[in-house]
Amino acid sequence: MDVIMQPWPWYVAGPLLASVLFLMLFFGKTFGFSSNLRHLCSMGGAGKTAEFFDYDWRKYKWNLLFLVGTVVGAFIASNFLMHNHRVDINPKTAAALVEIGINPDVDSYVPAEIFDLANLGSPKTLGILLIGGLLIGFGTRWAGGCTSGHAISGISNLQIPSIIATIGFFIGGLLMTHLLLPLIF
Amino acid sequence: MKAIKFLIVGTFFGIIMTKSEVISWFRIYEMFRFESFHMYGVIGSTVVLGVIIVQLIKRSALKSTEGQTITIEPKQMGVVRYLVGGTLFGLGWALVGACPGPLFALLGAGYWAIIIVIIGAILGTFLYGKFRKYLPH
Repeated sequence: MDVIMQPWPWYVAGPLLASVLFLMLFFGKTFGFSSNLRHLCSMGGAGKTAEFFDYDWRKYKWNLLFLVGTVVGAFIASNFLMHNHRVDINPKTAAALVEIGINPDVDSYVPAEIFDLANLGSPKTLGILLIGGLLIGFGTRWAGGCTSGHAISGISNLQIPSIIATIGFFIGGLLMTHLLLPLIF
Repeated sequence: MKAIKFLIVGTFFGIIMTKSEVISWFRIYEMFRFESFHMYGVIGSTVVLGVIIVQLIKRSALKSTEGQTITIEPKQMGVVRYLVGGTLFGLGWALVGACPGPLFALLGAGYWAIIIVIIGAILGTFLYGKFRKYLPH
């Protein structure tokens, strides 16, 4: 039981995620999460103002159910399959975080400086969360996929566009981590 | 209900993502600083196995549960949309430490502030849909 309660190492998570990819293909679908954001827009009636959302989102109920499952699975894991939310990161990473004013020594998956509800009143925190979301939504749709659709499904199918997109993901991620985050905090 | 299986696979996905800490902001920050193998191990081993799985599916012409031979539709060729769109997503990924799947996993794990990010992501998707005709693809 303790093996389940401990954080799972990469060599457990990787093969399990590959089995998710296989199951989705075996069920005649694809493994790509960010399309759900488009379906949610369509569901909310965005088809009236933009042609891009003018389609029958019910055809993609399977992917929205996958999304609901993701929430449920995380709830189960978080409440019943782990002792705490402490993440054992590299001490070097932790030191770098302290330097930019983020406390890494917390029983949480996310830093309080960005995600603590008590900070939501601050325009800066609210701005970070909202802009982060906007970039994710706009970027993944422009690129036609996210980590699951491009980096996992697309590269598994040896698609050049997915390799280019994944290079983009890293250009953006490296710019943010090394240049922008120290300026923001 | 044939669709229930997607709820189950999604639940399995949510458990894996949470238990392997890949939904953690700290893990993403650590990844972009190249200070841990964890994230590269997760994504890398998934992709290596994924390539093998896709090859085996193609060679065996495996049929899906829907009765059709499994095919994967290739993405349209292009550079700008993938590179620029990808870079914008990467900026957001490293800022809030989550890609679309983990956004919803973090919600399930009870990190309520993520709702703001989810609203932002839906809004961002809407803005893309609204202005896509002006963007290079």
